[in-house]
Amino acid sequence: MKLYNPPSPLETKVISKRFGVENSWRLDTYLATGGFEAFKKVMEWTPDQIIDEVKASSLRGRGGAGFPTGLKWSFVPKNVEGPKYIVVNADESEPGTCKDRLLMEHDPYQMIEGILIAAKAVGATKGWVYIRGEYRYLIDHFDSVLKEAYQRGYLGKNIAGTGFDFDLYSQTGAGAYECGEESALLESLEGKRGVPRIRPPFPAVSGAFQAPTVLNNVETFSTVPEIIRGGGKWYADLGTPKNGGTRMVCLAGHVNKPGVYEVPLGMNMMYFINEIGGGMWKGKKMKATIPGGSSCPILRADECDIPMDYDSMAKAGTMLGSGGMMVMDEDTDMVKIALRIMRFYKHESCGWCIPCREGTTWLQKMLSRIVDGNGAMRDVDMVGELAKSMLGRTFCPLGDAAAMPTISIVEKFRPEFEAYVARNPFASSELVQVG
Amino acid sequence: MTFSPELEARFADLLTHYPPGRQRGALIPMLMYAQDEVGAVTPDLMAELAKRLDISVLQVDEVVGYYSMLHKKPQGKYHIQICTNVACMLRGGAELYEHACKKLGVGHKQTQASGKFSLEEVECIGACSWAPAIQVNYDFHHEVTVSQLDQVLEGLQ
Repeated sequence: MKLYNPPSPLETKVISKRFGVENSWRLDTYLATGGFEAFKKVMEWTPDQIIDEVKASSLRGRGGAGFPTGLKWSFVPKNVEGPKYIVVNADESEPGTCKDRLLMEHDPYQMIEGILIAAKAVGATKGWVYIRGEYRYLIDHFDSVLKEAYQRGYLGKNIAGTGFDFDLYSQTGAGAYECGEESALLESLEGKRGVPRIRPPFPAVSGAFQAPTVLNNVETFSTVPEIIRGGGKWYADLGTPKNGGTRMVCLAGHVNKPGVYEVPLGMNMMYFINEIGGGMWKGKKMKATIPGGSSCPILRADECDIPMDYDSMAKAGTMLGSGGMMVMDEDTDMVKIALRIMRFYKHESCGWCIPCREGTTWLQKMLSRIVDGNGAMRDVDMVGELAKSMLGRTFCPLGDAAAMPTISIVEKFRPEFEAYVARNPFASSELVQVG
Repeated sequence: MTFSPELEARFADLLTHYPPGRQRGALIPMLMYAQDEVGAVTPDLMAELAKRLDISVLQVDEVVGYYSMLHKKPQGKYHIQICTNVACMLRGGAELYEHACKKLGVGHKQTQASGKFSLEEVECIGACSWAPAIQVNYDFHHEVTVSQLDQVLEGLQ
């Protein structure tokens, strides 16, 4: 399996260490490099011991929201009748994000082992890996891995002779960004339209097929075996306090060496872009960066000299998100970026909640009007106001995801919007005064 | 409606994946895999899957209408999908798409009269660090230039 970009010597390779190794996706390679040691270790542990170790690692969900993983697992009720499930979110559709497919291509057994450890921690017997439909090559690849795992006794009954049983399946999506949201994903898994559910109850209590369910991202599960092997404290110490370990960052846009790189949490963002990413292309200056997927508020170049961890990003008014970092040079048209982002959310809004369905539609219309040269100054104000009125008024975070980057782009790059309006000969001064 | 033995075997396996009485979970995978064989989600296919999963045709139809990869009309033999979302846009995705429109003589979600090529401007396909990216049917092509796009298209028969 070939690498899409060369690795950097400045990476800290914890979960990507097998990338590029010959036959890295085969069971024998995995077993020869410490595979399933962690699984065998936890077979001797109580569920609480596993959850405590994951809590000690301060691992936070790698899908976007950054919720502490050990805490999430601890919400699964202990003494209830009936089945419990594991669901892996491999829907990877946040624009800018392309890391989960690498983890599943190069090291699928690492994720499987993480799933088994989670299953032991919460008492689950069955799981699904929900993979976006566009990744058909990956579904076929993963199905062949599952087949090998079953044949060799690493899935199914009495796994690796431990007496532990677990079944795992792939499930294809069919093209819907919304299905990356956990409750919409669960609806899709049940064969329905991917619209969000109201919470509570959270999936830990009522998830897949209304049974208690642990639902995490591919990268989150892939991290668990190394945490058990090295210890929660060792993993936590790789990062910064409350932001344990490493994560995969997908660097894209106007840099010399775009690629997916594994770095410790808390690495300085400018250092990452300049040293690992090779700096800006064509000798240009940076204008802005979207740090973690298109849902995240944008940072101006002068705001990017900060550590890449969940808390520092929150302090800077943005998010680490799903690790999809998109860097833009000085020539980038921010109005067109805002429009392109909104076209995406308008296309992907599932239509369930009116503020999102109507909000994204009208925001796209207003942004198009500005870009087409027909905008007035009040459009610029209205874009910001309408986006703000969507915040927190929907079942799922898609409404917020559409609003947040828009608000930040209008606020931080307002002169560019005004320049578009100024080129419109019909934008009368009276209209500027309205409101 | 009959399917190939391979697809029937896949369906039979899929139906074992879900808890008892919850076989509807297989609907989306069945639609995706059957669409590949049939060429489109036809009324017959929807009726057949509804019957097999003991749900109404309407319950199938509302799912088909929701997901962007499920289509009721056949696409070209080669379905060219060009991403123009932000990461690809920053590295020339929109120019690739415009070039493809001119070269193929079709626009978004249109198919050539010959049935050879169809074109779609798609949202993020998860290849952002190797942008701009396109998919031909299910195959990815990364870091595509205009001349490479020409080569890819000319290489397809």
